[in-house]
Amino acid sequence: MPPSWLFALIGGALIGAAGSLLFLTHGRIAGISGVLGSLLPPFAHDRGWRLAFMGGILAVGLVGGLVAPALVGASVRSLPLVIVAGLLVGFGTRMGSGCTSGHGVCGLSRLSSRSLVAVTTFMTTGVVTASLAGAL
Amino acid sequence: MSIVLAAASGALFGVGLLISGMTQPAKVIGFLDVTGAWDPSLALVIGGAVAVYAVLLRLTKRRSDPWFDVKFHLPTRNDVDFPLIAGAALFGIGWGLGGLCPGPGLVAAASGSLPALAFVASMIVGMLVQHRAGRLR
Repeated sequence: MPPSWLFALIGGALIGAAGSLLFLTHGRIAGISGVLGSLLPPFAHDRGWRLAFMGGILAVGLVGGLVAPALVGASVRSLPLVIVAGLLVGFGTRMGSGCTSGHGVCGLSRLSSRSLVAVTTFMTTGVVTASLAGAL
Repeated sequence: MSIVLAAASGALFGVGLLISGMTQPAKVIGFLDVTGAWDPSLALVIGGAVAVYAVLLRLTKRRSDPWFDVKFHLPTRNDVDFPLIAGAALFGIGWGLGGLCPGPGLVAAASGSLPALAFVASMIVGMLVQHRAGRLR
């Protein structure tokens, strides 16, 4: 069984490759919160590639659940907390114009000062929240 | 072909997320929770992703345009403002609380995880609320 860090590295490299493919073919940033948000009001005009991209992600999730269910972990919080988490993630990523893929992968790669601030901020509040929740 | 390649990009992205461990809330929280048994391995996810993306991005930008569009669509803003910081802060709280961010949430939901489905549903609600709140100004 390969070590955890190797999975992380390879998975990360594939994420980077996927984002690069989207940029080469469509000239777009692979920011998941952005692509998802553009399929909600106000709807983007060019929904073709966005729906296809989302479809690819979901299809892999569906297949993954069947062939490699161990790769999807169980939730560690109660349902009410998961719902609160979802609301915060949805509201926050839209307000902040990005998430770990948009600001983290793409923004940092471009040396974007906006993304550097965003990543520093969400990493900080993420660490504080998880650490507090773990201590409580 | 354009649609096929967009779908392939998404699929590859999803595979990367599954392999990386980002779809395991316990692992994510093990990374973000620096008290107790800290697991720093997820740092290599962003490390591996940026290493690949930064190089390929530079190479690709030498082109005049992408394959299926007339131009590259890169963000143009450089300024840091309140919504960026506040939004990122809120996102981080949600991520640290639930251990899921948008991409992994979608993958996990599609795999049949009921909590992840609830996460995605409330994430969409959160996005819609933010959009409406933004229009109230």
